[in-house]
Amino acid sequence: MTKVTMTVNGKAVSGEVEGRTLLSAFLREGLGLTGTHVGCDTSQCGACVVHVDGKAVKSCTMFALDAAGSTVKTIEGMNNPDGSLGTLQQAFQNYHGLQCGFCTPGMVMSSAALLAENPKPTEAEVRHYLEGNICRCTGYHNIVKAVLAASGQDVPAVAAE
Amino acid sequence: MPKDYGIGASTKRREDIRFLSGLGNYTDDINVAGQSYAAFVRSTVAHGKIKKVATEAAKAMPGVLGVFTGEDFKDVGSNPAGWLIHSRDGSPMHEPKRPVLAYGKVRHVGDAYACVVAETLQQAKDAVQRIADESEIDELPAIVDMAQALANSANRVHDEMPGNQVFDWGWIEDNRAKTDEAFASAPHVTTLELVNNRLVPNAMEPRASIGEFNHGTGDWKLTTTSQNPHVTRILIAAFVLGIPENKLTVVAPDVGGGFGSKIYHYGEEATVLLAAKALRRPVKWVAERSESFMTDAHGRDHVTKIQLACDKQGNFIAFRTETMANVGAYLSNFAPVTPTFLHGTLMAGPYKVPNVYVNVKAVMTNTAPVDAYRGAGRPEATYSLERVIDKMCRELNLDPFEVRRKNFVTTDMFPYTTPVALVYDTGNYHATLDKAMELGDVAGFEKRRAESAKRGKLRGMGLSTWIEACGIAPSHLVGMLGSRVGLYDAATVRVNATGSISVMTGAHSHGQGHETVFAQIVADKLGIPDSSVEIVHGDTSKIPFGMGSYGSRSLAVCGSAMTRAVDKIIAKGKKIAAHMLEAAESDITFADGKFSVAGTDKAKTFGEIAFSAYVPHNYPLETLEPGLEETAFYDPANFTYPAGAYICEVEVDPDTGKVDICSFTCADDFGNVMNPMIVEGQVHGGVGQGIGQALLENTVYDENGQLLTGSYMDYAMPRADDVPFYTVDASCATPCTHNPLGVKGCGEAGAIGSPPAVVNAVIDALQRGGHKNVTHIDMPVSPARVWSAINA
Repeated sequence: MTKVTMTVNGKAVSGEVEGRTLLSAFLREGLGLTGTHVGCDTSQCGACVVHVDGKAVKSCTMFALDAAGSTVKTIEGMNNPDGSLGTLQQAFQNYHGLQCGFCTPGMVMSSAALLAENPKPTEAEVRHYLEGNICRCTGYHNIVKAVLAASGQDVPAVAAE
Repeated sequence: MPKDYGIGASTKRREDIRFLSGLGNYTDDINVAGQSYAAFVRSTVAHGKIKKVATEAAKAMPGVLGVFTGEDFKDVGSNPAGWLIHSRDGSPMHEPKRPVLAYGKVRHVGDAYACVVAETLQQAKDAVQRIADESEIDELPAIVDMAQALANSANRVHDEMPGNQVFDWGWIEDNRAKTDEAFASAPHVTTLELVNNRLVPNAMEPRASIGEFNHGTGDWKLTTTSQNPHVTRILIAAFVLGIPENKLTVVAPDVGGGFGSKIYHYGEEATVLLAAKALRRPVKWVAERSESFMTDAHGRDHVTKIQLACDKQGNFIAFRTETMANVGAYLSNFAPVTPTFLHGTLMAGPYKVPNVYVNVKAVMTNTAPVDAYRGAGRPEATYSLERVIDKMCRELNLDPFEVRRKNFVTTDMFPYTTPVALVYDTGNYHATLDKAMELGDVAGFEKRRAESAKRGKLRGMGLSTWIEACGIAPSHLVGMLGSRVGLYDAATVRVNATGSISVMTGAHSHGQGHETVFAQIVADKLGIPDSSVEIVHGDTSKIPFGMGSYGSRSLAVCGSAMTRAVDKIIAKGKKIAAHMLEAAESDITFADGKFSVAGTDKAKTFGEIAFSAYVPHNYPLETLEPGLEETAFYDPANFTYPAGAYICEVEVDPDTGKVDICSFTCADDFGNVMNPMIVEGQVHGGVGQGIGQALLENTVYDENGQLLTGSYMDYAMPRADDVPFYTVDASCATPCTHNPLGVKGCGEAGAIGSPPAVVNAVIDALQRGGHKNVTHIDMPVSPARVWSAINA
C-alpha cells in the first residue's frame, strides 16, 4: 500500500492505495464520493468522468497513484457553495436531461469540460463531444438541449421546438 | 397557459437534485458494516459437462472466507417461470430447473457455477481465477441456431427435456383453419421473412446485490437492483429459499435503469443471501459490464415468417405468423409470456383485419436467457406487421399512408374485439396519423428528397402505426392465460397528523420520475401543494404490496391504486368534516383542499381534518376509527391501449451504406398526460432505443456459443451523434375508459413504434434511389448490410 495525496473538490485528501487501485475506486471507496459511477470495464460508458487538473478523465482508466498531487473535481464539487445546483446542473433539471441518473455525473462532468473548451458549441459539437458518454434513458434529446441551454443559447430555436 | 402544478404540469423532477449532486443512493453506493465481497466463477464455454470444480486451493488463498458451488446449493429451490404456457396440443410447456448456481452442466457462456466470498473484491477475483484455471469442464457441442436446436433433439440444453422446444403455441388455434382458408382465396399475399435482432438491455447501472442475515432474529435482507422488490421477495422466499416472506426484506434503492432486465430474479441474489448466512457476514456483489452482457436477460431474438393477405386495393384480409423465439439456456421469469401473449395478441395491430393466426415455437439454446426488454413482444409484433404492410404497399403500388388509413379501426367501433382476443376500449388512429403527417411535414418530403439527391444522398420516409397492450394486467384474464401471479397493485396513502402525506406505492422508479409525478397526482386530488407529498417506493418493509414497474403499468395500475386510496381518504375526511361541521355527510363536498357544507360558507381545510383524525377531541369516535391512512388494491378491468403514428426520414449514403436519421416524428395517444415533460422524455428514450435496434445494436454468438459482442467495444450502443432531435406530440388523447386517471402508459411506446419506421424509411430511400430489388434488410441496418444490399 502506498500513500497518495491529492486535492479533491478543493480539499486536500490522502489515503492508502495499491498500485492497481483505480482513481474511480479511490474516490468511491476511499473518499466515499459515490457520485462518480462505474458503468463498464472498458472506458466506454463515461459514467466515471471527473476532471483531473481541469481535463475530463475517465476515472476508471487512471490509477489513483497517477493522480497524486493533482487537482480533481467530481460531481460532488459542482454544486454552488450554498448547496444549490450549479448552472449546468440546473439546466439538466430544467430540460429533463436525466432519468435514472446513473450516467448523469459523467454527462455533467463531460459537458462542463466541453463548455470550458467551447463556450458556445453547436448542436453537432455537443453531440460529438458527448460520444464518450452513454445514456440509455433519454435518447440524448434533453441532454443536448440542457448543454445548449447552459451555454446561454436559444434552445427552442436550435431544437426546432 | 400550461399548468404549473398538479396533474398536467411539467413539474421539474425532485429526484434530480440528488442525482445531479452526486447524492444518488444506488446499490453499489451502499456499504454495510462488516461486508465481504462476492465474485463468480463463470463458464467460458457455451455448453459443457462439469467434471471438477476445484475449490480447495482457492479456499486457502488470502482473504477468502468461503467458496460455494452449484453442488452446495443443489437442494435449494428453482428459480421459476411466472407463466405456464400450453402448446397447441394441450400439453404444458417444459420447465427445466434453473438452479442458483449451475451443477452437472454449464449451459451458456457466463453461466455461474461457483462463487468466492473474500475480504476484498480483488482477493475474491484472484480466487475466482484460480478455480477457473483448475476446474475441469468437458465442452459439449453448443446449441446456438434455433432451427438446428429444433431439428437435433439428441443434443439438448437440458438433458431431461425431450428436445429443445419449450412449447409450440398457437393463437388463436380456432383461427387457424379460417386464416389458412382466407390466404388460399386471397387476391394478393405478401410474405416476409425477417429476424428481430437480439438485444442486450444495457441499463447503465450494472446489476448489484447485498445479502444480509441476522442470526439473532433470523431475518434476511436483500438490497438489489430490482424493478419490483415484492416480486423478487416472492420468488426468493417461496420458490428458491423456501423461507417465510415475513423474514425477508427486499430493498431496491435508486436503480439506474432497468428496461426489463431488472424485473427478474437472478441466481446471484440468492447466492449472496445464502453466503451471508453461512459466513455470518454481509456479502456484496456488483456485476462488471462484461457480466451484464453475458448474464442479464437479453431481449427480442425472433426469426419470423409473416404473411399478409389482402385485396388489390390493400384491404387487409388476414395476417399469419410463424415465429421461432429464442429463450436461451434457462427460462427466465417472464420468458414464456413475452413471445406469446405479449406478442400474438397484438398481431391485429390497430387494424380491422378479420383473420389472424400466430404460431410461436420457443426454443432453448446455449445462450443467455431471453426475456422481456422494453416493449417485450409488442415491438416484435409491430415490426412484423409494419414491415409486411410496407412490403405489400410496394408490391401493389399503393400509398402506405392511405393503406393504413383505410384499414384502421374507426372511432365508432370501440369497444373493438380483435380476432386475437383483445378488446380495445378507445383510440383514434386517424387522428395520430394526421398529426404525425402534419408535424413530419409529409407534404414537403419531395422537396427535401430532391435536395438530398443534389448532395448525392438517397432520402426516404418510413411510417409505422403501432398499438400496444399495457397497464399489465387484469388478474382474472392473465390467470386464464397462464400467469401464476395476479397483476394488480397497491398503494397506501398515509396522512400524517400535521397534514404532510406519505404515499407507499408498489411501483418502482428507476428513471420514470415517480417521486415527482405521483406527488403531483396525490396533491392535485387533495388540493394541497406537491411539496406536502412524499413518495415511498422500493422497500418491502415499508410498502403494503406491489408488483413493480414494467409493461408501462406504473401509472395505469399503481397510479390507479393510489387514486383509489386518495378517494378513501376523502371519503373518511367527509365523515370527520360532517361531525365537526354538524352537517349530514351527504351535504359535505370536497374541493380545492376544503371540506365544505354545500351551499354554506362553513368549511374545514384538509389540514384541520387531518389534525382532528389524530387528535380526536371533537370526533365521531363511536362510529369512526381515528387516524387517516388508507390502502387500496387495484386490479385493472382491461389492458390499456396506447397507440400512435411514427414517421422517420433518413438519408442513405449510397457509397458507404451509412444511414443518417434526418428527422423522427411521433404522434402518440397515451390518454391523459400527468406530466408532459416526463412523458416526452419517455418517448425520446424509447425512440433512442428503437433507433439503436434498427441501425446499430446486435448481439452475436458464434457457432460455438461464444458471445462476440460482450462489451461496448463490440456492441454498438446509440450515442449522442447517432440520433437527431425528435418531434414528439401526445395531444391526440383519448382517455382510457376504465381507469380512474384515464391514462394508458408511455414507457414502451418509443421502442415499439420506431424500429419499423426506420427500416421502412431505409427501404423507401433505396427503392426511390432505383434499387428496386431491395425489399428488406434485417436489423441492424448497418452500413455493411445496406452496401451489400445495394451492390448485390
